[in-house]
Amino acid sequence: MSDTVATADPGYAAARERPPAGLVGPWAWARANLFSSWWSTAITLLLVYVILRALFGFVEWAFVNAIWTVPYNAQGRPDTAVCQNAKGIGACWAIITDKYRLILFGRYPYEEQWRPAICVVLFIGLYVVSAMRRFWRKELALIWVGTLAVIGVLMWGGVFGLQEVPEDYWGGLPITLILATFGLAFAFPLAVLVALGRRSRLPAIKLLCVLYVELIRGVPLISVLFMASVMFPLFMPAGVNVDKLLRAQIAFILFAGAYLAEVVRGGLQALPKGQGEAADALGLPYWKKTGLIILPQALRLVIPPLVNTFIGFFKDTSLVLIIGLFDLLTMGKVALSDPPWQSFSTEVYVVLAIIYICFCFAMSKYSRGLERELNRARRR
Amino acid sequence: MSQAALADAPIPHKIDANAPPAIVLDKVNKWYGTMHVLRDVTMTVAAQERVVVCGPSGSGKSTMIRCINRLETHQEGRIVVDGTELTDDLRALDTIRREVGMVFQSFNLFPHLTILENCTLAPIWVRKMPKAEAEELAMSYLTRVKIPDQAKKYPGQLSGGQQQRVAIARALCMKPKIMLFDEPTSALDPEMIKEVLDTMIGLAESGMTMVCVTHEMGFARQVADRVVFMDRGEIVESGTPQRMFEDPQTDRLKLFLSQILRGH
Ligand SMILES: Nc1ncnc2c1ncn2[C@@H]1O[C@H](COP(=O)(O)OP(=O)(O)OP(=O)(O)O)[C@@H](O)[C@H]1O
Ligand SMILES: [Mg+2]
Repeated sequence: MSDTVATADPGYAAARERPPAGLVGPWAWARANLFSSWWSTAITLLLVYVILRALFGFVEWAFVNAIWTVPYNAQGRPDTAVCQNAKGIGACWAIITDKYRLILFGRYPYEEQWRPAICVVLFIGLYVVSAMRRFWRKELALIWVGTLAVIGVLMWGGVFGLQEVPEDYWGGLPITLILATFGLAFAFPLAVLVALGRRSRLPAIKLLCVLYVELIRGVPLISVLFMASVMFPLFMPAGVNVDKLLRAQIAFILFAGAYLAEVVRGGLQALPKGQGEAADALGLPYWKKTGLIILPQALRLVIPPLVNTFIGFFKDTSLVLIIGLFDLLTMGKVALSDPPWQSFSTEVYVVLAIIYICFCFAMSKYSRGLERELNRARRR
Repeated sequence: MSQAALADAPIPHKIDANAPPAIVLDKVNKWYGTMHVLRDVTMTVAAQERVVVCGPSGSGKSTMIRCINRLETHQEGRIVVDGTELTDDLRALDTIRREVGMVFQSFNLFPHLTILENCTLAPIWVRKMPKAEAEELAMSYLTRVKIPDQAKKYPGQLSGGQQQRVAIARALCMKPKIMLFDEPTSALDPEMIKEVLDTMIGLAESGMTMVCVTHEMGFARQVADRVVFMDRGEIVESGTPQRMFEDPQTDRLKLFLSQILRGH
């Protein structure tokens, strides 16, 4: 308010040549943005009140009144009476301490669960290494193949004296990470090829790519998963049995591939035509032109929508629940089906949400950093 | 128009009439949909000849020059470059693109590569030159266009004139026999035009075969052996720069010259 008055003052411009100390810094910002008029002040105060209430309520529920352990009876069953009494007042984290192994690793044999645990660590290690630009060399492909082979050996077992564990017993976080990692690792190259194919001058290739994208995009992921699990075996010759996880994985790759292909195509289209022409004029062959000139620039342009799609598909892995695979979210549901714990779904879902947020937030944070780094000192 | 270039006398130059021609266009026709953009274009460029192509906007100058290295395909007629006819044969295309360098109006440098990488890319991947050798070659051409000190920078950090000189150096690194220029100075501020034209004049002095679309009449007078005037897809008139500018035969060229002179 006082600002408007000051503007009318002829001495205003001269006085503002150097801003007085009181007009910069957090106080000035707050005054300009939060308390500039009586109604803005009122809304600010109201929102502060609401936020603080919610925050205190949550802290009280999650920490102050929370119950961390419950007694177990002679049969080793939990006695959740304390939790039942505290319901609505305090969180019952005892369900997590009781069930976390089941949620994270599913029905994998209890004594062998160190194996999926190592796999999760390996997956995360793989992401971290791949994220660092100084490892972006040919050797990275070898690291991927090696790590994924080790993960396969650890999960399946049957060699090196490891007990064999069929996929039916896999579950929890490893399933989610397997679906997401293999899914995106295969879908992304597929998407690049399809996106290039859609711009091909050969009509057959172009038609094939357009059909693939339009067909897959035209149906929901759930129906692709159903088709993979129910219809796909019908087309296979008798005796050939592709397991459920692999079928879901293929369905997932095909689905993600179609969406990513459209994102990549957007990047190809945004690239000025002159770039390809300059490469042609220098005599670069098609694949060199594509790999050295077109893709590095086109993909850089679409980092935000690419990561957006990655995050979406990371979460969509939870849809495999409907074809009977036990991913992280499904294991949460399984844990909740145990009678003593049935009414404590909030606690389980809060923990699951935190796990998903950790992965998704890391992706989003990383992509923003990468974009900044790649654009430093370059055009645009 | 560059005043300095205008003042200079034409570069003395002799063309070997017995050498096989560098470029032959024989009744070339091209359509975009139903639009007829090249009409029976016939022209021969001798080895070491310097040809300047001019004409009003939309007359098909870019289309013609882009047909010579097959960035555009023609539908009728014959184009023979350095003894190789341009057809759908990909091997012939590869040969021709190695021999023909091109400089674009909008530079088209690769923004994600350094200046040096821009220049070494094609020698390494097309000519299969070892990296060290390619870098040495690139530095020698960057020195020739007077920007060796910018080699480690990215194109976005250079001025327009510098970028266009890099684009020339990049094309030269392939050691082409023929250079095509499509309005190399028309995207530049006036003070940068001269530095690019001087580079091109240097190139002409070294005996390079050049086909250059430009409206820089000073440059044409000083460098061109022949000026070709195009209008509505046809070659209307051609001759030495002096004859063309001082004694135009057709009304269309007279009109074009009067417009150009008024514009400057
Ligand atoms: N890709 C294309 N599709 C359809 N028409 C085109 C295409 N490229 C050029 N044309 C048309 O062909 C004609 C010749 O174009 P061209 O670019 O060769 O002219 P120009 O002489 O280079 O003109 P300028 O001096 O403006 O560069 C123009 O009428 C133009 O509109
Ligand atoms: Mg043009």
